[in-house]
Amino acid sequence: MTAPWKVRVLAGIDGDKPLSGDAHLAVHGALPAVARGRGADAALIREIEASGLLGRGGAGFPAGRKARTVGAGKRPAVVGNGAEGEPASGKDVLLMTRNPHLVLDGLAVTVRSVGGQQAHLVVHRGSPAVATMTAALRERRDVAVKIHEIPARYVSSEESAVVQWLNGGDAKPTLRPPGIFERGVDGRPTLVHNVETLAQLALIARHGADWFRSVGDVDEPGTMLLTITTPAGRRVAEVPTGTTVGAALEAEGHSFAAAGAVLIGGYFGTWMSRELAWHLPLTHYAMRAAGGGLGAGILIALPADGVCGLIEAARIATYLAGENAGQCGPCFNGLPALAAGLTALATRGKIEPAMSRWLSVIPRRGACAHPDGATRMIASALSTFAGEADRHAQHGPCAAVRARPMLPVPAPATDWR
Amino acid sequence: MTPLATSVFSSNPLWYTTRSTAVVGFVLLSIGAVLGVASTQRTLASHSWPRFATQALHRNVNVLGLLFIVIHIITTIADSYVNVGIASAVVPFTSSYKTLGVAWGTIAFDLLLVVAVTGFLRVRMQEPVWRWIHLTSYLAWTLGLVHFVSIGTDGAAAKWGFWLAIVATFAVASAAVLRVVTPNGPQGPVRSVTGRS
Amino acid sequence: MRIRINPITCKAHGLCAEMLPEWIQLDEWGYPILDGQELPEQLEAHARRAAAACPTLAVLLTKD
Repeated sequence: MTAPWKVRVLAGIDGDKPLSGDAHLAVHGALPAVARGRGADAALIREIEASGLLGRGGAGFPAGRKARTVGAGKRPAVVGNGAEGEPASGKDVLLMTRNPHLVLDGLAVTVRSVGGQQAHLVVHRGSPAVATMTAALRERRDVAVKIHEIPARYVSSEESAVVQWLNGGDAKPTLRPPGIFERGVDGRPTLVHNVETLAQLALIARHGADWFRSVGDVDEPGTMLLTITTPAGRRVAEVPTGTTVGAALEAEGHSFAAAGAVLIGGYFGTWMSRELAWHLPLTHYAMRAAGGGLGAGILIALPADGVCGLIEAARIATYLAGENAGQCGPCFNGLPALAAGLTALATRGKIEPAMSRWLSVIPRRGACAHPDGATRMIASALSTFAGEADRHAQHGPCAAVRARPMLPVPAPATDWR
Repeated sequence: MTPLATSVFSSNPLWYTTRSTAVVGFVLLSIGAVLGVASTQRTLASHSWPRFATQALHRNVNVLGLLFIVIHIITTIADSYVNVGIASAVVPFTSSYKTLGVAWGTIAFDLLLVVAVTGFLRVRMQEPVWRWIHLTSYLAWTLGLVHFVSIGTDGAAAKWGFWLAIVATFAVASAAVLRVVTPNGPQGPVRSVTGRS
Repeated sequence: MRIRINPITCKAHGLCAEMLPEWIQLDEWGYPILDGQELPEQLEAHARRAAAACPTLAVLLTKD
């Protein structure tokens, strides 16, 4: 798509050790010094807006618009979100464990842009990022960050859940309005950025909007991190936005000929046949147009043979059903029912007649998007694996049902606080 | 009723009003309490008698009961035979006449007022706050009962008043037990009472 | 006027559907299904009563 380009946020990362402060400076240079003023930094916000950066946590909301809204509020709070709830994502932890200083730079830039004082960084309890971020923070004087460990649950990384946890409650999503940009941490207008977004902001502050837009898609510019799972394993890659799904997978050695279906956007994402997925550009608008979503840059590619997409989808559905927050009836009743229906089809070839009705009535009736995402994943599995479903229903489950599962699902965490 | 009471008070209409409104108010508030529990019972609802109808009846019966209690209080104060001052309508332990017995009624009335006012402000309140306040109506009813059987002419001395207190207690207590043992929220797949499914 | 349900506080009592059967249906678990459409004017009074009748105050009315 874009001709010559170099890795940006992953620059200098090599091996398993985090870059030291000096090594980080040698790769990226210093953050431009700005006189500490009072209130929001209008020039910086304009630059972020001009860059066209979209949030990298999954929703793809413009980072500049967030900064402008929150920067206009009184005594805003800033939260870096490194709680990578999606089991098929690894980019955030990779970034925090390999170049923690870039994430801290991003927090410094964000705090400065909105005129805040202190920043919070949330990561999963027990994550290796706790040690690397804490160590990096000790080397720094330019930014005050409080690091928090929150429960490693699927819905707990949703921003309203993060805010509720920071306010002393359970890490469960809350009802909007009010949005966190109006009333968030300690009741203040709050800006929550994913840690990759922070890293991108750290580079925009150094090199400017024009530099940022020089690679990637015209409307959704820059580079993006992908977490790619293929039969060969899982890897994080940085690609220009707009790169096709096929190109990203081929770079991992996953050829079209050997490819099966692709799950785009994570466990919360959309199954697509390789034919549909292969030439799709990795942008939010293209994915939406194809009935999917880019999510947090997650690609999961099944092989053509040996793995049953239906049983993989059923296992993910069961996992997502168990990860509901127990708050909203349509979700905590509907998702287990859907997961049981999909599992019955995958393992016993039994068709649950209520499935299609559930798929239409469950979405959009929760406080957060959890039921919507899970429903979309299940609906797309049923259409993408329609042929397999037919065979399961007529001849019983396939041999791959008993094979070792390809996609891991984490054991459920037990607490919300 | 003692013959003495009859002969002394028979000429005072205020006295009869005080007694009769107390009894009617007590009966209405007891029925109102039972209706409140009834409105939470899914099994009592039907297509022709939905729960909101019981709910509306609960509110209206209680408002009516409260009205009778207000009249009861006004005539008590207006009646010059017993020395119950205007302050005793809302401030407990201020009556020189049977201080304790009157105080039960005063506290019950205060609680009823709070329950009534919050009942009308309910949609603008935090639901758990409203619920806790609303639950004090059980305390209000119990204090009203104590007031009735301790110093009420009919409740304390008349046989029918005694039986009325027993029946009312049984009804309200049964309702309270029913409320405790029936869970809130969904009770398995629901029977449609909406006429659609 | 539009009706929204607070899905966190809704505990499937179903009174809203008894009050407004022409607008609110229940799913098989007893939770209300709404399509988010603008409410016809003649139903607004009923909607206000449904909001007041909800045992958990989960029926939210929005003016727009």
